[in-house]
Amino acid sequence: MPAKSKTPSNTESYLQMYRQMVRIRAFEDQANKLYLSAKMPGLTHMYSGEEAVAVGICEALTNEDRITSTHRGHGHCVAKGADFKAMFCELLGKEEGYCRGKGGSMHIADQSHGNLGANAIVGGSMGIATGSALRAKLQGSDDVTVCFFGDGATAQGLMYEVMNMAALWKLPVIYACENNGYSEYTKTEEIAAGSITARAEAFGIEAFKVDGQDVLAVNDLSQSLVARCRKGEGPFFIELETYRYHGHHVGDINREYYRSKEEETDWKTNRDPITRFRATLLEQGIVTEEQVEAINAEIAQDAADAVAYALEAPYPDVSEVDMHVYAA
Amino acid sequence: MREITLSKAVNEALAEEMRRDPTVLILGEDVAEAGTPFKVMSGLVEEFGTERVIDTPISEPGFVGMAVGAAMTGARPVVDLMFGDFLFLIMDQLCNQAAKTHYMSGGKLNVPMVLRTNLGATRRSAAQHSQSLQALVAHIPGLKVAMPSSAYEAKGLMKTAIRDNNPVVIFEDKLMYQDKAPVPEEEFLIPFGEAHVKREGSDITLIATSSMVQVAEGVADLLETEGVSVEVIDPRTIVPLDEDTLLKSVRKTSLAIVIDEGHQSYGVTAEIASRLNEKSFYHLDAPVQRMGAMDVPVPFSPALEDVTVPTVETVAQTARKLIAREMFDAA
Ligand SMILES: Cc1ncc(C[n+]2csc(CCOP(=O)(O)OP(=O)(O)O)c2C)c(N)n1
Ligand SMILES: [Mg+2]
Repeated sequence: MPAKSKTPSNTESYLQMYRQMVRIRAFEDQANKLYLSAKMPGLTHMYSGEEAVAVGICEALTNEDRITSTHRGHGHCVAKGADFKAMFCELLGKEEGYCRGKGGSMHIADQSHGNLGANAIVGGSMGIATGSALRAKLQGSDDVTVCFFGDGATAQGLMYEVMNMAALWKLPVIYACENNGYSEYTKTEEIAAGSITARAEAFGIEAFKVDGQDVLAVNDLSQSLVARCRKGEGPFFIELETYRYHGHHVGDINREYYRSKEEETDWKTNRDPITRFRATLLEQGIVTEEQVEAINAEIAQDAADAVAYALEAPYPDVSEVDMHVYAA
Repeated sequence: MREITLSKAVNEALAEEMRRDPTVLILGEDVAEAGTPFKVMSGLVEEFGTERVIDTPISEPGFVGMAVGAAMTGARPVVDLMFGDFLFLIMDQLCNQAAKTHYMSGGKLNVPMVLRTNLGATRRSAAQHSQSLQALVAHIPGLKVAMPSSAYEAKGLMKTAIRDNNPVVIFEDKLMYQDKAPVPEEEFLIPFGEAHVKREGSDITLIATSSMVQVAEGVADLLETEGVSVEVIDPRTIVPLDEDTLLKSVRKTSLAIVIDEGHQSYGVTAEIASRLNEKSFYHLDAPVQRMGAMDVPVPFSPALEDVTVPTVETVAQTARKLIAREMFDAA
């Protein structure tokens, strides 16, 4: 853990990071419940366990910075500032959802916070993120774009095409590879030859490997890379070692054939990003037990209220079905 | 006759062909231990090993291209493309490479590969996991396109596809994997280009593909109660297309609707309808009608998604109008 003095600004940003991680976990717990009680249409992919990745990175960004997200995108969306109600409404296909119910879990986009959208095509957003960075550079804007993707997505050829161009043109983009050890039901070592960071380095892109369960480590690195991107020193590549607690999607319940219970328990008990950061906060005297519990309870209540709201919210009128195919 | 699921039927077809021909192999994401997300291939890796049931990284253009190369040089790959929507990622390998190699080589090179994938909405999977893209590949000369409508067709067409010396794309309806149908124990193949008259009738012809065959049969049941005799035809392969069977039926009934789950514009329904209009104009009492999915990306919300595809109600409504000659002046 980097030794940081307890300054007021630290207190605030630490608490914000803690809150955001707990918010993601609370959101996912509710989403999983919605699935298990058959109240959610379709399937969804849980971000639980990976909170420090999205939060550590997004807390280094401003509202003007952009992100692109993945099928496992709720964490990125919350971390970039999204509101629970509009998210749950989207998950349930309701009119007040971020995409008026048209996108659902795998396609939430939140224009107001610079989230260009989750994507149901693995690696599908790599061009989009790099294009956003190209626009920033051409227009002389100092915003940075972060492209989130999984270890599995490193098998997509598109990644190598856009990294080449990003490096050639020095674009302000950060490729954030969330290596959670699996793509669907396959271990990463069975689908990725050699080293992932070396692939970025082959293009002359500075690449870093970081403990994705340590929100401060992720945030420190992100702060420095974002600042360097703004000075025209991008692109960068980060591989974040992390773990998903649930199955590939909420329906992937019997998964011992590809991943052992012991492994899951080990990550959950020994490397949980929230538990670890909570201990740091207490240790450094930033909060008391009571305060942490109060924060947790407040967030859990928020999530429950948002679900209740979304369940009651109306569906879009059927006349919306052919709205938004073309822009005006 | 015993009944098995569509999933089991495909599994049997693959296993039988792999036993018969050692050059048949399977390539795709999570096909081996996981047996695909839809569990269609469960048990195959245990019998045939990881040299013939090969898990790939998420590199669709890469492994489809490799299938083309392997097929050109003596293997018979069956490529598993997890969702039909991913066709957009592999269009060059499939349409520029696989489809054209035989022709461009003056008939010297063959590409005997099968691409098995799926179609179908109403699974609440949103716009990138719900498309029915058969028209896209049917448009490209050199590709054959099969669209099984039940476990029986899924098995027979898969076996024929594996033995065909051309690239064949098979679209399974992902909502049908657990649906059971009678499938004989003994070996059988279903030839390409032979439509199946599922039900004979005399008042109107419904030509339906894949997921829409069930809809057409529902319409036939419903209209029968209203005294209307409906003929239901399943083309089974849209390339090659059994025009004769379709024309014969339409000349008999003088009315037809073509139903397919792809987008209606520039789609499979348009192609079939215009062939019927061109070739049986004087036998028709009204222009052949098309019914496809709405021309919108598939929305996530159940409130919107369900209205995007043809249903028993919407097709029956069109059929009633045709029968009442309300659409006589539509031309
Ligand atoms: C192009 C493409 N191929 C396959 C899939 C099916 N699929 C969805 S998620 C996934 C695994 C992705 O693994 P990874 O990138 O590591 O992300 P994770 O799920 O671990 O967060 C696959 C194969 C897809 N959605 N898009
Ligand atoms: Mg992964």
